[in-house]
Amino acid sequence: MSARKGPSRREFLKTSAGLVIGFAVVPKTRLLALQQPGAARPLPPPNAFLRIGEDDTVTVLLAHSEMGQGIWTTLPMMIAEELECDWSKIRVETAPAAPVYAHTEFGMQMTGGSTSTSSELDRYRQVGAMAREMLIAAAAAEWKVEPAACRAESGFIVAGKRRASYGSLAKAAAAEKPPSSVKLKDRKDWRILGKPTKRLDSPQKVTGKAEFGIDVRAPGMKVALIERSPVFGGKVKSFRAEKAKAVAGVRAVVAVPSGVAVVADHFWAAKLGRAALEVEWDLGPGADVDTTKMAEEYRAMSAADGLKAAAAGDVGPALASAGTRVDADYAFPFLSHASMEPLNCSVVLGPDSAEIWTGTQFQTGDQAAAAKIAGVKPEQVRLHTTFLGGGFGRRANPVSDFVAEAVHVAKASGMPVKVIWTREDDLHGGYYRPMFAHRVSVGLGADGAPIAWKQSIVGQSIMEGTPFAMMIKEGVDETSVEGVANSPYILATPNHWVGLQSPKSPVPVLWWRSVGHTHTAFVMETMVDALATAAGRDPLEYRRRLLKAAPRHLGVLELAAAKAGWGLPLPAGRFRGLAVHASFGSYVAEVAEVSVEKGAIRVHRVVCAIDCGICVNPAGVTAQMESGIVYGLSAALYGEVTLKAGRVQQSNFDDYLLLRLDAMPKVEVHIVESGEKAGGAGEPGTPPIAPAVANAVFAGTGQRIRRLPLRLA
Amino acid sequence: MKLKINGTVRNVDAPDDMPLLWVLRDLLGLTGTKYGCGVAQCGACTVHVDGDAVRSCSMSVSEVKGRSVTTIEGLGTAGLHPVQRAWIEADVVQCGYCQPGQIMAAAALLRVKPKPSDSDIDDALSGNLCRCGTYQRIREAVHRAAAIAAPGGKS
Repeated sequence: MSARKGPSRREFLKTSAGLVIGFAVVPKTRLLALQQPGAARPLPPPNAFLRIGEDDTVTVLLAHSEMGQGIWTTLPMMIAEELECDWSKIRVETAPAAPVYAHTEFGMQMTGGSTSTSSELDRYRQVGAMAREMLIAAAAAEWKVEPAACRAESGFIVAGKRRASYGSLAKAAAAEKPPSSVKLKDRKDWRILGKPTKRLDSPQKVTGKAEFGIDVRAPGMKVALIERSPVFGGKVKSFRAEKAKAVAGVRAVVAVPSGVAVVADHFWAAKLGRAALEVEWDLGPGADVDTTKMAEEYRAMSAADGLKAAAAGDVGPALASAGTRVDADYAFPFLSHASMEPLNCSVVLGPDSAEIWTGTQFQTGDQAAAAKIAGVKPEQVRLHTTFLGGGFGRRANPVSDFVAEAVHVAKASGMPVKVIWTREDDLHGGYYRPMFAHRVSVGLGADGAPIAWKQSIVGQSIMEGTPFAMMIKEGVDETSVEGVANSPYILATPNHWVGLQSPKSPVPVLWWRSVGHTHTAFVMETMVDALATAAGRDPLEYRRRLLKAAPRHLGVLELAAAKAGWGLPLPAGRFRGLAVHASFGSYVAEVAEVSVEKGAIRVHRVVCAIDCGICVNPAGVTAQMESGIVYGLSAALYGEVTLKAGRVQQSNFDDYLLLRLDAMPKVEVHIVESGEKAGGAGEPGTPPIAPAVANAVFAGTGQRIRRLPLRLA
Repeated sequence: MKLKINGTVRNVDAPDDMPLLWVLRDLLGLTGTKYGCGVAQCGACTVHVDGDAVRSCSMSVSEVKGRSVTTIEGLGTAGLHPVQRAWIEADVVQCGYCQPGQIMAAAALLRVKPKPSDSDIDDALSGNLCRCGTYQRIREAVHRAAAIAAPGGKS
């Protein structure tokens, strides 16, 4: 609720006293699409990850967005581990948008792929170590002792009886030359990393003080709502603004590329004004979209092989020769991210500047998009990342839809504006998890193990038509086949074929928490369960045999099964199902206990085991598993966006249902400490839950449900 | 019109039918109360009116004339409210957007049921959605808050 007065963070960086650690990395860039071919990569400008104040505070700047996943805590843990500072003196801020904050792997400033903690493990520890060495150098110079005689200890540099706080040394340390290399602590010496640590953002989030994008206010700022096309891709033919303008508080009605914006003194006036607006649309082909028909088309298409995503041996003859064969068709709907904070973006344009406040996962793209529309250079766009009221992928948009649109409104109206999406706007706004169909045929050998596995996948590409399209290899968008093309079950099958077809539609699609794994894990894990049944084996025992060459899968599978009491008797009417799946560098197994009462599926208990390699904050990983499970359960039990005549048929939480407290199962999380390379936590908990529940439903009812959301026959 | 918000009388110039939520957020700058759905389906906008939890998105401002409104900003009168303390201790929050509403709903529950059962908690808080899935910790934190607030509790 702070009233904004323009310059803040960058100005502060320039003028604040104390130690500012500039730190540059050359990214191992995988994604070069946004850069001009052949252009030399600009050297990162000096910038800061860390500020030590003369009051002893240690301010950590986050290169990533806090959207619930807990990096407000994990990145400071990395710095504190090496800096040896007083944890109570840590302050946290989100970094501005600037090249120096580019993702260490992706080369752009963004939050996604469950990488924010794992990708920063080196960089943030190095920053902490550099600061420590500079503080030591300053103290050694002042005391005229060797740096080796000094040590860092809970916010002080100590040498013999001498002792100086970091704050008192900050100014002198800032003048020290940053070390060219630092030695990081051995993992066995960690005191903070790997220890369960409570969140640092709780105090402001339980008092209402945490500022989300929707809370941003600036002098004279108006609120705008946009009337968008009722179908995807429609264009405004004409509009009449008189009635809208007659609503008290409405200040302007302006056309923007996505529709017509009503700009008002506050949300309520904008909403009433928008309701009074009269718009005639040129709907275009978007009016023909019908998801029932699309599902039928996808199913028909899945009879064809498609483009090769993975292949070995000769799958056709092997299938024909198999004694036992299991065939299955799968169908998945569009899904909305439905973050609790609806999309929004605030924009103040100046003669040669744009200032933006929003909860975004993609600063680099948003900055570039805003610059283009505002007619300024990207570095003239000051992008402030607020807390995100959930992201789940929706706020990392390759075309920066919600940011670009807000800049258009500010430009067209000439006013500082905050564009707010209503819940209905947010749910109707597209960028859904794509619809998918899978057709799977598996032949079993005499020992019950698969000898042939053929899988045809049909669904829209997320990458196609975006700046990330160069990640599509030979027509195959990896995000459509991840979890199948690299499945340990398929790789262990001597004859296999995984094919992909990527039809287009007017409906925009996007990554949705765990991306392709949202459907591929469901197919693989319910399919393997069906194969176990066909082979006459217990689902756990059958997986053990197939996963012999996949030790980390096995590790979590065994742990989850043991903790869940797999094979032990259950109360009457309860049934278990399990699933194991690897995604985003982590391995997760889940065992679900369900009952089916009066045709309704109820999940009572979920036992989860995760191997995420080096675990930075076990408390955070546990929370992310609980979170991923709930997110996946909402999709498994209810999630479905449908379109008829191009119109999205759901509009709010009364018809797009999410799991509520009274349906929350008991969730138990166990962490396997493998010590392997750090993996992700934000997404990997989601993929296994739907198949675990579906497998439990089979155990209880004999029904193999192969479409989501789960509906009993 | 005059409104009593967090113990203070505030003057606002608002049409009678303007939802309380937008009066709080856009006219009074009390942005701790969140907009999530606008149709009383998610509970993010929960505030207290005369001590009871209400959905401020679906209550017009004229309905609270002469009544006492408490928002998340006014919940802890002397430091943190037991519910807020319990929320921190149980490490409940993730994105945090729904939590002011969850906390207001929990505080209203504890006022009438100082020692709620799991099913009391389900009944009182199932109208509050959390997309991050913090429900298990919310249950735990409500029990913890009850213990903190109990006579001889940890307060």
